[in-house]
Amino acid sequence: MTDIIKTGNIRAAKNKAFAWIVAILSFITIFPIVLIISKLIINGYKQINLAFFTQVGPDTMEAMTAVSGGHVIPGGILNGIAGTLLMVLLASVMAIPLGVIIGVYLYENTTKRYAAVVRDVSDVMQGVPSIVLGLISYLWVVKHVTHGYSALAGASALGIMMLPLIIRSTEETLKMIPVSIKEAGFALGVPYHKIILRVLIPTGFSGLSTGILLAISRVIGETAPLMLTALGSRMVNLNIEQPTSAVPLLIWEFYNDPNMVDLIWSSSLFLMGFVLTLNIISKRIAAKSKK
Amino acid sequence: MKSEKLTKVILFLSSLTILLVASGMIYSLAGGSVLAFKTFGIKFIYTSVWNPTEGSENYGALAFIAGTIITSVFALLVCLPLALSTALFIGEYYRDKPVSRIVGTMVDLLAGIPSIVYGLWGFYVLRPLIVDLGLSPQGYGIFTSGIVLAIMIIPYATSISTEIIKMVPNDLKEAAYSLGATRLEVITNVLIPNARSGIFASFILAFGRALGETMAVTMLIGNANVVPESLFATGNTMASVIANQFGEADGLKLSSLIAIGLLLFIITALINAAGKFIIKRFS
Repeated sequence: MTDIIKTGNIRAAKNKAFAWIVAILSFITIFPIVLIISKLIINGYKQINLAFFTQVGPDTMEAMTAVSGGHVIPGGILNGIAGTLLMVLLASVMAIPLGVIIGVYLYENTTKRYAAVVRDVSDVMQGVPSIVLGLISYLWVVKHVTHGYSALAGASALGIMMLPLIIRSTEETLKMIPVSIKEAGFALGVPYHKIILRVLIPTGFSGLSTGILLAISRVIGETAPLMLTALGSRMVNLNIEQPTSAVPLLIWEFYNDPNMVDLIWSSSLFLMGFVLTLNIISKRIAAKSKK
Repeated sequence: MKSEKLTKVILFLSSLTILLVASGMIYSLAGGSVLAFKTFGIKFIYTSVWNPTEGSENYGALAFIAGTIITSVFALLVCLPLALSTALFIGEYYRDKPVSRIVGTMVDLLAGIPSIVYGLWGFYVLRPLIVDLGLSPQGYGIFTSGIVLAIMIIPYATSISTEIIKMVPNDLKEAAYSLGATRLEVITNVLIPNARSGIFASFILAFGRALGETMAVTMLIGNANVVPESLFATGNTMASVIANQFGEADGLKLSSLIAIGLLLFIITALINAAGKFIIKRFS
């Protein structure tokens, strides 16, 4: 009898110990995010002012005199913001319509062998490292289309990255729409393309926009592919055939220039805030549509 | 009727584009690396010289392949207990409780941090810490970049594992409880065996992510083009050598970098395909 009680105690103790380990390790897991965000806020907030959003990056000399005089570094990241917006916009134009159409195709042809191949290929594409996409865009766009580093090349790399994300999120969203809605449309004799445009897409709109926003937030912080394609620029550039800056590219430049180090934190804070806002909006949309 | 056919044709043609892009990628990478493989042959994969001096140019990918695999495996080993615990925390211990929602959101936030920000944090926070601990004189190396990589892949491993753990039927767990099992025994004897392959797949996918990470690794690994000798040694990975050396590259060097890109593409594609295959068979 005492033996049973004893083993029972050991089992209970083990059980308790394990629960503690799980809780402690989970706490350790979420600890870095607190550290990272607080580091960004503490080091970054003082550089954030109006000029930060309305002026282009300073040159090294200006930054050096400001830092040695104890002032905040003049100038801002307007060239990066403009470049990021331009390239994300271009990438969206390339990837969103195509991705949604392919998603509709996959939804409409669940059982076909060919559709399964398309699905598997887009799954594999999702896992391709972004630097490889940068290489591809270099080989295709930089070398043969714009004959030099350009916003178009950067946008192509980001677009290829977004495409599989949008395809899969579109398909998953459409799968959740009750078939009866579609069938009701067919029963009324509505043409096929109108069912897609007027029934499927509007019904799944919130799911589609969630997927799109998440895809954008995934690519907006990408640095590596842009180093190989968009290169960077000191000025605001809206010509898609010219080298263009982006916020993550600017962070990389600031990081490599000892005089500009103070700017990396505010730029990172801005980038991070942008990504998080997109994430929160998309979650809100998703939560609303579930109700 | 005609418009229906037209719509179907448009849908089909659009779906062709992703196949075209994918095969075009393989074609271009292979085409770009022909020069490197012609010059060095299969030796390119298993030699570790990287000598860009004009006239005696000689390139091999082994140092980068080794660096990539070592950092990623190390990251995976660090990530494993953390991600698994967090998945159990969210999906089992505090399932559907407010605290699990908070933890889940924070883990999701980790996925939203750009790679370059991880790199900055690793450089300015983690690296000095490692120097202070006396683990390595400069703080660069496999260890530092592996830790940051581990943090970066935690959200990928956690989110899929959590889903899989939540999918284990309740009646199985309740049956074990009714036999007097403790929660730990339910987890080790019922939950984990049932969710095993799904959890395994989630870690494979996280591993695939680690293989291709560029910026954070580039900033922390030390960029030494040699096969790393210890956990605290410096090294280089396939992705970061491309990012580092691309700017001044042409000719044979460019072709070698593209060849490394091709190898990276093949490795990650295989890893991802394996992960997806296991998940598909599981569900």
